This record gives sequence, structure tokens and C-alpha cells, in this order.
Amino acid sequence: MLGVIYAILFYIATAIIVVGVAMRIRSYARTPAPLKIPTTPAPTTGWGVFWRMVREVLFFQSLYKSNKWIWLFGWMMHMSLWLILARHMRYFIFEVWWWVEAVQFAGTYASFTFLIGLGGLLFRRFAVERIRYITSPSDILMLLLLIGIGASGTMMRFVAHTDIVSVKAFILGLSRFHFGHLPADPVLLAHLTMVITLMIIFPISKLMHAPGVFFSPTRNQIDNSRDKRHLAPWAAELEK
Amino acid sequence: MADGAEEFRKMQHALDIPCLKPGAMEGLQPFKAKPEHQEKVGMPGELVPDWKEKALEKMAELGEKNRAFKVYLDACVKCGACTDKCHYFLGTGDPKNMPVARQDLLRSVYRRYFTFAGKYFPWLVGARDLTEDVLEEWYSYYHQCSECRRCSVFCPYGIDTAEITMAAREILDRVGVGQKYSNEIIGKVKEVGNNLGLNPKALRATLEDLEEDLEDDTGLAVRLPLDEKGADILLITPSADFFAEPHIDGLLGYAKVFHEAGVSWTISSYASEAANFGLFIGSYENMREISLRIRKAAEDLGVKRIVFGECGHAWRVAYSFLNTLAGPFDFLDQNYPIPQHILEFTWNEIEQGNLKFDKSQNDHIRLTYHDSCNVARASRMGDMPGGQFEIPRNVIKAVCNNYFDMDPDTIKESTLCCGGGGGLLTDDLMDLRIKGSSPRMTALQDVTEEHGVTHMAAICAICKTQFSKVMPKFGYDMDSVVSVHQLVSNAIILTGQDDDDDADTGPEEETSDE
Repeated sequence: MLGVIYAILFYIATAIIVVGVAMRIRSYARTPAPLKIPTTPAPTTGWGVFWRMVREVLFFQSLYKSNKWIWLFGWMMHMSLWLILARHMRYFIFEVWWWVEAVQFAGTYASFTFLIGLGGLLFRRFAVERIRYITSPSDILMLLLLIGIGASGTMMRFVAHTDIVSVKAFILGLSRFHFGHLPADPVLLAHLTMVITLMIIFPISKLMHAPGVFFSPTRNQIDNSRDKRHLAPWAAELEK
Repeated sequence: MADGAEEFRKMQHALDIPCLKPGAMEGLQPFKAKPEHQEKVGMPGELVPDWKEKALEKMAELGEKNRAFKVYLDACVKCGACTDKCHYFLGTGDPKNMPVARQDLLRSVYRRYFTFAGKYFPWLVGARDLTEDVLEEWYSYYHQCSECRRCSVFCPYGIDTAEITMAAREILDRVGVGQKYSNEIIGKVKEVGNNLGLNPKALRATLEDLEEDLEDDTGLAVRLPLDEKGADILLITPSADFFAEPHIDGLLGYAKVFHEAGVSWTISSYASEAANFGLFIGSYENMREISLRIRKAAEDLGVKRIVFGECGHAWRVAYSFLNTLAGPFDFLDQNYPIPQHILEFTWNEIEQGNLKFDKSQNDHIRLTYHDSCNVARASRMGDMPGGQFEIPRNVIKAVCNNYFDMDPDTIKESTLCCGGGGGLLTDDLMDLRIKGSSPRMTALQDVTEEHGVTHMAAICAICKTQFSKVMPKFGYDMDSVVSVHQLVSNAIILTGQDDDDDADTGPEEETSDE
């Protein structure tokens, strides 16, 4: 029974995050940028923009320029998240790939840096007057949700092990529409519930910053306005 | 972190973060446009009865027409990176002048009507209804942003508050609540050709007077041609260059450089304005209409090149948008950048060794340089990224002996706005302008203490006007701000000119009446 409920929730959440994010991305991609507005100095070539984006996405270059504390906590949390996600791949594939194997150690301990980063970000929301001012309840709930996911995961790994073999069998079963047995471990169920919640709210929340950054005209435009004419379709209509 | 009296804050350091003072600038608004100003920009004359529907309609339209608007409203995570980056926040302490908080004034409404979370859980995500109070609040705080883009440098997603400010102003215009200063000026450009409403006759008389001055000065017929067909270069310069100090000294500098370079050039009376306030109000259509005047002038006069004078936002529109708005310019000489900045022109001439200078003519001043926001963060000069920082400094160093940069965190891409950009250069916002300039003024005071800097050069008509107004509040003479081409003008030695011994005082000291 538990297995069936979580299986259905998991399918729904997957559909929402995939379709929802795809729809948002489609609407970003289809909305024209009428003018050239890269924040300069900006790259003058496509490759230059590619590297600018790499520096933004991998190293949070602009945030680093802005505030070292936010950068430290934010970068720590995001990079830990990548390691953790990579490590979790082992529960979704039958034969574990070599790089997933290789990342197990780092991915396991990344849970601590993940939590430290989130803790720092949460602390700032209360401690810094300016950030407290701009904080909405959803900003705090989002951090608590991530902390909840991280904490429950860490618990299962380091404190109260769950029956991970059954969990993996359950997850692998989902891909064949086979609703297997899910251990009735409260920590596990809390972990999964929070992950499902995160997936569902992803496309309607500020988590859209992840795909959004790639569509930011101030970061993804090439500085070549004098050489190449840029014209949005609706603006071209004005010329008729 | 001192909280001062009502006076502008004397800052310890240019980037000191103030304690929050909620409501400090609440209710400060520039004068609203009258119906006749509104009509000239194609907007309704007063608040329309169905303003709420119209505002939301416009918001939806912006979401479809402008990717930046859509992505930026979605992507902000409220990390706080931008919170201490706005000069108006640093100067006023009003939390609604923090870039993210300024965006949120509009984002909260967008969320309420256009997002799932805002429709069903408004309290959770800080969404709110659009009311007349909100409209007033928008009018107030979206006219406390100079669209300088300093925040966009520091945002991890590149969110540019200027884009949101422009959108908000366009929505306000659309429901009949426009700003008098900007909209009246746009009307003048459309009617007369420039922001001042200077008609061709008056312009010709002004230029002829200046030619006489130049001849008295140099003994040479240095020309300021108007509407001369067949000239090679069309100079588009802010109309402040025709009458205001220190702008006018910059204009004389351009004339001398053109003269010495031996090129033929002309000013157009039809497009006698580089400024394009269509940018400030976020109106593509108005910006386009003003830009097309430049194209028409270039076609009518049969010029081969277009060169822009010293003006910050004008250079943004020229460099980044002119090709889009009024291109393609296939009738111009493709061997030159279209358009070209006067500093690019002058620097080329210097590099080729065509200009001679007597740098000692500028020895009476010790100089720093203020990067104008629109040039620094929204355009380029030369072929390399960052040329907009190097070329002006190169030219200054070629004509001056004593040059010192301000705090690195307050120049180049991190430059602080003068406090008067983006359509805020109006007397009804003087309080804001003084407070907003205090970070820049503090950085200037630092180099004055450290290096004895006496003057600051700028390449923007708005910066120059703003600084000549606010500098006296910070212990400087109003003529402590100078045009870069004024320095060029002081130092340049024209072939065959009279000897310089009559210039026993610094050339720019002779006009400081008032």
C-alpha cells in the first residue's frame, strides 16, 4: 500500500517537474529580447559568452564579486548538491557506473557541507537586517525544506540506516511500472515526501532560477551590436 | 554606521552600508506629466478609468515581448547580493531603494496575477493586489532608480533592475501617470529636434558665437558647421553641449580635434540631440522614433560616418541600440564603426600621432575620472571589452600630467552613478540627487585627501550637470567637474595657432560666472 501511494506521488511529481519546467523554459525561449543589453564588459563572441556562463554557473562569478559570505554558503550548498545528486544515481541504475561509484565518498560527506551552506543562508535571513527585510515566508520554508531533505538523508546514512536494498528495488521497479515494497521507515518516508514536494513546487517557485540564468539577456548576449543587427520579430513589424 | 541629521550622510567610506530607515524616501515623487506632455509620447493624458485592467494588460504584454522582464521576475531568489549595491540605498537607507526590494514592488503584483503561487498563496510569496496606493508607490520608487545597472553586475543571474524600472515606468505611462521631466523633453525632441527646444536659428547663432570665440582663442578658423551637406561626419551630441558648463568646453574640444584631424563634419539641426529619453521611460517606440531622426539626418546630409559626443545614456542607445532601432546603416562608410564615439575618434588620432599636446596646460588641476554608468556597463569603445574604461583614461593621460583613479570598487564596471541619471535630473528630486551622489562624492573626497585631486572628468551630459549642481554641497566648486574634451581642448596645439602666452590662466576658469 505504502509502495503504491509513493509510486503514484513519484509519478505525479516527476510529470509536474518535467512538464512544468519544460513549459517555463519554452516560454523563456520563445520570448524575444528586443534589445542588446549585456552587462558590459561582455564577451564579443559566442565562445566568450559560453565561458562567461560557465564561470557564472560553476563558480558564481557575479555573486563572488558581490558578497563573499553569500558566495561561500551558496556555492558550498550548490556544489554539495551536485555531488549528492550524483551519488544518488546509484539508486536509479541497476549496474552502478564507474563515476557514480567514484563519487560515493565525496557525495556522502557533501551532505555536511550541504547542511552547513544551507544553515549559513538561513542564518543570514535572520541575522542581516537587509536580507530579513526582503525575505518572504516562502524563502524560509524553501531553506527548511532543503535542510529537511539533507538532514533526513544524512540521518539514514550515518545514524539510522534504512533498508537501502529494498529502497533501490522499489525505485528500479518504478521504471517498469512495478509497484514494489517500500520500507515503512519514518525517516525514509519523510525524506521522500520532502523530495516529492520539492519536485512539485520547482516549476512554480524561485527554483526556476536554475534554468532562468541561462536565459538572462545581461549574461547570455554577445556584445556585437555595432557589427550585427539584432531585431525582435515584433519590432520588425514596426518597420513595415 | 552613523545615522546623521537630516543633512546628507557624511560617509566614512563610499560603500558604507547604512542601517535601514524604512519610509525615509516615501512619498518623494517627481512632478507628474500634464496631458499635453503625455500626448506627445503617445500616452493617455490622465489616469484612465480602467487603469487596473490596462496596467495588468501591459504587464502581460511585457511578459510576451521582453525576455528580460519575464526571466527577471521569475529568477530572483532573494539572496541579497544586490541589497547594498544601489547608490540611492547607500545614500538614503530606505530599504525600498535596495534593488531587490525595488523589483519586488512590481514582482509582488506580477506574482499575484500571473503566477500559481501568488494567485493561491499570496501571503506565502509576498504577492499583493494592485491598488492605487501601489501605483503611487511605484511612481515614487521607480523614480528613485537611475537605471545605472550597478546591481546587475553583482546579481548571480544578471537581474537588471533598470529593466524592471523601465517596465514599471512604461506601465505607469500606459495608464496615464507619466513623469513630467522626461515626457516633456521627449516632446521637445520630436517637435524641435533637441531636449532644450533650441530652434535651428538659435542653434546657428550659438555655434557662430562659439566659432568667434575659437578664432579669438586660436587665431584659426576652427569651425562648428551646421547642416552642411556632403560633410563626412555627422556629429550627434547632447544639446547641453551647446550651452551648459562644462559641456560647452567639451564641444570646443571636439571642434578642435576635428579641425586638426582635417575631416569635414557637421551638426544637424534636425537631429541636434544625442540624448534619448525614450530609454528612461522604457518606451521602445519613443526610443525608435528619436533614433530615426538621426538616421534621417544622416541620409539627408549625405554623411559617411556618425560620431557621438560625450553623453552616457545616449552612447548606450547609440552603441547598443541604434543598429536595432534605426539600422541597417548600409549607406554609411563601413570602414568605420557605426556609430563611433568621439573618444574613439580622438584616441585614434592620438595613436596615429596626428595631434600635438602641451600637457602643462592642464597642470593647474589634479584629476580623477568618473566612469559614467551607461558607458561603463551598457556599451563599449574600441575593439576590446573594457575599452570603455581604457580609452577615456588613455586620452586623459595623453593630455594631463596628474591623473589618479578613485577606489577600485567605485570605478569601471563597479562605478557609482552620479545620482542624476535615468530621468532624475530634475529639481523636484534634488534631495534624492544629493543623497544619491554621496557615495561617489565620498570616493572623490578620498582621492582629494590622498592625492590632492581637484577636478573630476566625465563624459556624460547628465553627470556633468548633476555634479556641477551637487559638488558644492560636498565642498567642491561647481566647475570641479570637467569634460574630457575640455582637457583635450586645453592641451591641444593646433597647427598654426597663435602663441599660447595669452592663456595665463587655465582656459576653463574664464567662464565661471554665476
